[in-house]
Amino acid sequence: MSGRLLEGINLCCERDHRVLFESLNMGVDAGEVLQIEGPNGSGKTTLLRVLTGLSEATEGEVRWCGQPIRKARTRYYQNMQYLGHAAGIKQALTAHENLRWHAALTGLEGDDQIDDALAKVGLRGYEDVPCYTLSAGQQRRVNLARLHLLPAKLWILDEPFTAIDKAGVSAIEALLIDQAQQGGAVILTTHQDLQHVPGLRKLTLK
Amino acid sequence: MTAQVDVKQVNQGIFIAMIRRDMTAAFRHPSDLINPLIFFVVVVTLFPLAVTPESDFLREIAPGVLWVSALLATLLSLDMLFQSDFQDGTLEQMILSPQPLYASILAKVFTHWLLSGLPLTLLSPLLAMMLFLSADGTQALMLTLLLGTPVLSFIGAIGSALTVGLRKTDLLLSLLVLPLYIPVLIFASGAVQAAIAGLPIVGHLALLGALLALAVVLAPVAISTALRISLSG
Repeated sequence: MSGRLLEGINLCCERDHRVLFESLNMGVDAGEVLQIEGPNGSGKTTLLRVLTGLSEATEGEVRWCGQPIRKARTRYYQNMQYLGHAAGIKQALTAHENLRWHAALTGLEGDDQIDDALAKVGLRGYEDVPCYTLSAGQQRRVNLARLHLLPAKLWILDEPFTAIDKAGVSAIEALLIDQAQQGGAVILTTHQDLQHVPGLRKLTLK
Repeated sequence: MTAQVDVKQVNQGIFIAMIRRDMTAAFRHPSDLINPLIFFVVVVTLFPLAVTPESDFLREIAPGVLWVSALLATLLSLDMLFQSDFQDGTLEQMILSPQPLYASILAKVFTHWLLSGLPLTLLSPLLAMMLFLSADGTQALMLTLLLGTPVLSFIGAIGSALTVGLRKTDLLLSLLVLPLYIPVLIFASGAVQAAIAGLPIVGHLALLGALLALAVVLAPVAISTALRISLSG
């Protein structure tokens, strides 16, 4: 078993006859935070979707703990949380109901901890309000509460800072540092400069 | 041994959680639920007005009219299956779950049937009475709707999963799904006509049951593959 937690080998991706990235080798180890940078349209989100297995790379392979993710799908998804571009929550449901569904998806019984997780992202008192009445930033926070609620070795975060206020941004940074210190790994895309994250690595797409 | 029991419990967990989520979301926006039902009622009530109120004639066309309207009403309700989940990103969370996608999909289709096929079945005796359908015919109609509408939900879900990533899918969805609906329509309305004529309908029902069994086993496989393809774009 090779040591890297997640590894992309010789990845190549083409969309609409345009090559987004070619022979890209990348990976994360436990305890690392990897920031993917690049201008708009450079394929950051596509790369993240390839890493989660949602999209197929035109060439190359993604490996989880040395095994191709197609073969290790269940084990990979037990240990990975993906926060995508969309909010990932149902507007008609309350924050509590949304998180309860996410907990069931992961196979965890998290009913007691849901309110705690919501309090940690600053949504105490909003547990039982339908999500369409929340602001865009608060909706992102409901989604972020998953990181508190559902432990995972690897987080893949697509623009986690969108619509989040300053205090929220530093709270997320602290969360990233915490995850790395506890032996987890994070891959994220953002245009924000992460100043306080020690051992931050960057990957720039052109 | 214990591991196996665990997996089963977890499957049940996601099955129930999925049904609960979709039901709650649907009942908070009841207009989407009611639209297909209103469509069903309106189409059937317009027939006597537009064609003729004569009871003999209505009795004769009743099986066809009722089944065609139920089928179109189901088609109308297919939007609510995967489209909103795709837009708010919860569909990709479903695919990225360590739980089997099969369980989530079965739960989604079952919920769709509970919210469309089942109410149509329960409404049908009332409309059958308006079209002077006999008691035997009404009974056959309800039985065929009970067996046939879940098949419609399963087949519709395949089409809906194939078109979920595309814009302006209404026409494409109908073109994909309608040909596959036709066997159900033929056997079901045939059964009702046989019942009116006093003939046994067991054969028709057995065929519908076979279609349902096939759909339960095979459709989720097709649906999950279709969803993975639709989301990979």
